[in-house]
Amino acid sequence: MTSSPSTSNYLNATKGVWSWLSTLDHKRIGIMYLFSVLAFFLVGGIFAMMIRYELMAPGQQIMTADQYNRAFTYHGAIMVFMVVIPMIPAAIGNFVLPMMVGAKDVAFPRLNLASYYVFMAGAALAVTSLFINQVDTGWTFYAPYSIRTSSSATWVLFGAFVMGFSSIFTALNFIATIHKLRAPGLTFGRLPLFLWATYATAVIQLLATPVLALTLSLLILERTLGIGFFDPKLGGDPVLFQHFFWFYSHPAVYIMILPAMGIISEVIPVFSQKPVFGYKAIALATFGIALVSFIVWGHHMFVSGQSEFANFVFSLLTMFVAVPTGVKVFSWIGTMYKGALKFNAPMLYAFAFIFVFTIGGLTGVFLATLAIDVHLTDTYFVVAHFHYVMVGGTLFGFLAGLHYWFPKFFGRMYSETAAKIGCAMVFMGFNITFFPQFILGSQGMPRRYFNYLPEFTNLNRLSSYGAFLIGLGFVFTAIYLLRAIYKGPKAPDNPWNALTLEWQSTSPPPVENFTKDPVVTEGFYEYRMH
Amino acid sequence: MMKGALLGSLPIQATQAAKSWDDLYLFLVGLSVVFFVLVVGGMLWFGWKYRNRPGHKSEYVTGHFRLEIIWTAIPTILLLGIFAWGWVVYKDMVSAPGDAITIRVLGKQWLWNFQYDDGRVTTNELFVPANKPVRLLMTSEDVLHSFFVPNFRVKQDVVPGMYTQIWFEAKVAGRHQIFCAEYCGAAHSDMLGSLYALEEHDWQMFKRGHAIDTSKFGKSDSLRAKSDATAPSQPVSLVEQGRKITQLKGCVACHSEDGSKRIGPSYKGLFGSQVEFADGSKTTADENYIRASIETPLAKIVKGYPSTMPTYKGLMSEAEINAVVEYIKSIK
Repeated sequence: MTSSPSTSNYLNATKGVWSWLSTLDHKRIGIMYLFSVLAFFLVGGIFAMMIRYELMAPGQQIMTADQYNRAFTYHGAIMVFMVVIPMIPAAIGNFVLPMMVGAKDVAFPRLNLASYYVFMAGAALAVTSLFINQVDTGWTFYAPYSIRTSSSATWVLFGAFVMGFSSIFTALNFIATIHKLRAPGLTFGRLPLFLWATYATAVIQLLATPVLALTLSLLILERTLGIGFFDPKLGGDPVLFQHFFWFYSHPAVYIMILPAMGIISEVIPVFSQKPVFGYKAIALATFGIALVSFIVWGHHMFVSGQSEFANFVFSLLTMFVAVPTGVKVFSWIGTMYKGALKFNAPMLYAFAFIFVFTIGGLTGVFLATLAIDVHLTDTYFVVAHFHYVMVGGTLFGFLAGLHYWFPKFFGRMYSETAAKIGCAMVFMGFNITFFPQFILGSQGMPRRYFNYLPEFTNLNRLSSYGAFLIGLGFVFTAIYLLRAIYKGPKAPDNPWNALTLEWQSTSPPPVENFTKDPVVTEGFYEYRMH
Repeated sequence: MMKGALLGSLPIQATQAAKSWDDLYLFLVGLSVVFFVLVVGGMLWFGWKYRNRPGHKSEYVTGHFRLEIIWTAIPTILLLGIFAWGWVVYKDMVSAPGDAITIRVLGKQWLWNFQYDDGRVTTNELFVPANKPVRLLMTSEDVLHSFFVPNFRVKQDVVPGMYTQIWFEAKVAGRHQIFCAEYCGAAHSDMLGSLYALEEHDWQMFKRGHAIDTSKFGKSDSLRAKSDATAPSQPVSLVEQGRKITQLKGCVACHSEDGSKRIGPSYKGLFGSQVEFADGSKTTADENYIRASIETPLAKIVKGYPSTMPTYKGLMSEAEINAVVEYIKSIK
């Protein structure tokens, strides 16, 4: 491990704000995405804190019912469309993917920059609504409420519509890059698992996002021109909206989780210094999940009024999501078997990921089971379940990746001690926040409740304390990471002894990634020789 | 012990379906604990046993075909079994017996109306016979709602423009909490109701058109309250009656008594005050004004408020309106 001489790299090659705003370098675009997404994460997080503060006790604390309904709508919409979906592919993926295949950049660098600006334009539209007339529909925009409410749903709908295009651009770019720009010797059979995951995600984005665009357009047309698609008053069908919505939004769940699984599949072998267990099984499972993701949307609608036959089919199909998911988890544990495990921050977050994701996955089986779902759906059990998958899964996966690639991104090391403290705070806070919500849900507390029965008070209060701890944990994490960017010790080129190509370049990498074109002669998990 | 604690944390088992539900739920919890211990226990154990330390090296293992087949096959079989069990319980939950009596449910922002065969309509209070199958035929007058009774483990969305249905046979007489479980706007979390499962005598009384004294069923809006006939029935003042009616009929979802602004104007200081309408006209809030606001709420809209209140004409008796008027007068 040699430290790179401080020569020209992608960070200092050109200077000035304009050189960033007009860059075609995938690494800079990735970093811009990273900071933008984290800024939105802060906004979504502030809404989360307000929600949990309000729920400390039944009745009104700091806001009215109307304000509360707006707060959870913005929390959900911002976190889903502006944070969790783009978080890993657009931020980390943009930086890492071309380097992992040994390319100088993505296949279409201009399209890549365009995708960033389209994303920001969509986000601006959605955020504008905050200042005009806030939306109170929930992030799911269920009709006919979303058609009749006087709030400015159209702005947010149009914002999500525009952001969808950015998703499509990025997906297209990634697929082309993986197909066309792989280094000599990098066969599909040697593709790192993070790339398999990003590839599968890109396929879902490409196929599902247009359906979202269509659904949101129909809703906008109904709101503005009064064309009756979903409102029965105009001859529409509200259940149809739910079918359209979940046809995108269920696969979207896998857009969020697959890349996180990809990160975990990279981190565990590196920090076990051992080949990944069952490479083919993990790659196949990734595509298995992507495929099944398109045919299970109806499990969100077991009590919506869809037919019992549809419920039968969707419950049965949903069970098959659990199989490849289980295969992945077992393979990660298998990777640790007879390894030499190092507990740096990425590995700690990978452990945290497996802990919470296992709970998220197992409670998913509860909700897939027809009879059980009838009582639990639309209660806090569902809220707890999807936070265990989305936050515990995607966010912990993202944090594992952020710490793992941090030295490559910025050429600096973060403080391991600080990272361990931060990880402990976030992990404990997370479980204290969301585990009590499983119990609340099984007791029947419905979600999206501004006011609740007094018997739910204690668990709600506990949940709120947990949320404040997560909040502190994130503030702490932001501080030590920002500090490390400026004051951290210089990072070696390959601090973790990883084998994938991005680590064979300098930290931070030069503008075109590699000084010498890489050639691949074996897979990236062959720890035998090293 | 764990089983007892888990059952204790669930709402009471007031139907056969609730019992079947709890059995399956407990099975899933048990199975989840096994898998969780297997995965997380294995992870922690390996984390300790194979921790990096001087003299320790990783071994070259890339997979184990037979093990991978096993951990694909066993979960598949288990999941198919869980699916089948879930379907069987669900099938019973949704198949109403032919002799079930039908009551119609109308959801609207933000109250429940229940319509019986004899033409009567009750608001936020549903009266059904205990130990007899009851089928609810449901629809909505505006947006989506969802009819949820935790003690029965039943829930069904209430959808405008179509009928949905559920059925149940209450084994436990007394009061059962009703929630709206599908987000429906500002006062969604106050769209609560009470389901009274009546013993034979009370049910016959109700069928003959008598009012049922529900105070004996314990406090309202709780999952725990069960049938207890110990509460003494003493005369209640008109103001108190009025307060209770505004809670039952859902008025409080939109009208506060402490002066805070909800969907509609607060009761506080309303009586005798000058009210300004959206068209600029004014009036003094007297008894007739309050009565008109209950029966024809959309005739005059108070300035600054939306025109959303449904009419209560025919849904409240004269005696109830009198009580509500007295109650509003009392909030100075």
